[in-house]
Amino acid sequence: MLALFLREIRLGVRAGSGALTGVLFFLAVVAVIPFGVGPDLNLLARIGPAILWIGALLASLLGLDRLFQADREDGSLDLLLMADSRHMLALTVFTKCVAHWTIGVLPLVLVAPMLGLFMNVPPLGLAAATLTLLAGTPAITFIGAVGAALTVVLPRGGLLVSVLILPLTIPVLIFGVAASRGAVADTDLFLPPFLILTALTLFFAVIGPVAAALALKGAAD
Amino acid sequence: MRLAAEKLSGERGGEPVFSGLSFSLESGQALLVTGPNGAGKSTLLRIVAGLLPPAAGRVELSGAGESIPDARAASHYLGHSNGMKGALGVEENLAFWREFLGQPRLTPHEALEAVGLGAIAHLPFGYLSTGQRRRAAIARLLVSYRPVWLLDEPTAGLDRRAEQRMAELMREHLDGGGIIVAATHLPLGLEGAQELRMGKPS
Repeated sequence: MLALFLREIRLGVRAGSGALTGVLFFLAVVAVIPFGVGPDLNLLARIGPAILWIGALLASLLGLDRLFQADREDGSLDLLLMADSRHMLALTVFTKCVAHWTIGVLPLVLVAPMLGLFMNVPPLGLAAATLTLLAGTPAITFIGAVGAALTVVLPRGGLLVSVLILPLTIPVLIFGVAASRGAVADTDLFLPPFLILTALTLFFAVIGPVAAALALKGAAD
Repeated sequence: MRLAAEKLSGERGGEPVFSGLSFSLESGQALLVTGPNGAGKSTLLRIVAGLLPPAAGRVELSGAGESIPDARAASHYLGHSNGMKGALGVEENLAFWREFLGQPRLTPHEALEAVGLGAIAHLPFGYLSTGQRRRAAIARLLVSYRPVWLLDEPTAGLDRRAEQRMAELMREHLDGGGIIVAATHLPLGLEGAQELRMGKPS
């Protein structure tokens, strides 16, 4: 499994652009908001964490459709499927998800505090938003793996993956934003939504790979 | 060890491609699957590899030991695609499959020497020519041990020398008690192999 993780990381680094595309898209989404909303600093600070979350959510959907499709095109997917009795397929999918998150989504989490400055988010809010992104975005990748597995046989399934999984990611978004708001606002709490967010990630870390593995087995042709 | 198919039927997209196929192979035997395009040779191999469910009948493997429950776990599958990443080096690709597939045999370097690619082990796989890619994919069969080789037109794109080398490798595998099922249009240089002629597509 470590070998698979390292291969995916190497591929991500060599092929490049994947992480950069996500970061640039994230930057684009966050950077245009202040122009659209206007120079009301209090308003921007209030919606800042939510915008960071929406931007990160959309940016992390970008490369998801390639998660299994690249392996299918070069025949590796057949070999991964055949190795099922040695490495449980769900575990293989899990490893691919973790590698995808490290390469494609972790950079988004890392640039989030800088982008938060555009939105006049206070330091405590920046820390909270980054922490919730760190805890919540893996859930998006695990949900996305199911969509990617379902559409693996479709040549241009990119947008379809996003549309399929977007409804399922809404709870992650809601609790992620609620927790980041709870950290700065006096009336809201931080811990309860944050714990639910973490629970969502753990829940999807189990359900996602198992469902994706089933979909991949069914999609064989 | 014995690999057998019993009254196997295959379909593609709901259309039956072949039906009622049976064969039985013991250790050290090879089966050549021949027939016109569309006769279902690749479908048959994918069914034996466990990548497609059979429409009827079954594939059985017996006597391969406890760690190998079914034909899928016992097989190397060399399909039309090579299963290698263009952005990684040839040797890196092989090192990954060696580690992932388990039961290591030759080192990636030895395997590449065996298929005559020792000098370009460091190049990214994407830089190789069609024939060289095929040879690198054949090297994958050597880095990790599987008793059954399922080969789908293994020599497509290979030159005469590489074809002969492939024949030697296959004979070595059979002499070691392995089983080979190969779909092919070209003679593979395997004497005494059974032949399964698949009919015209209906």
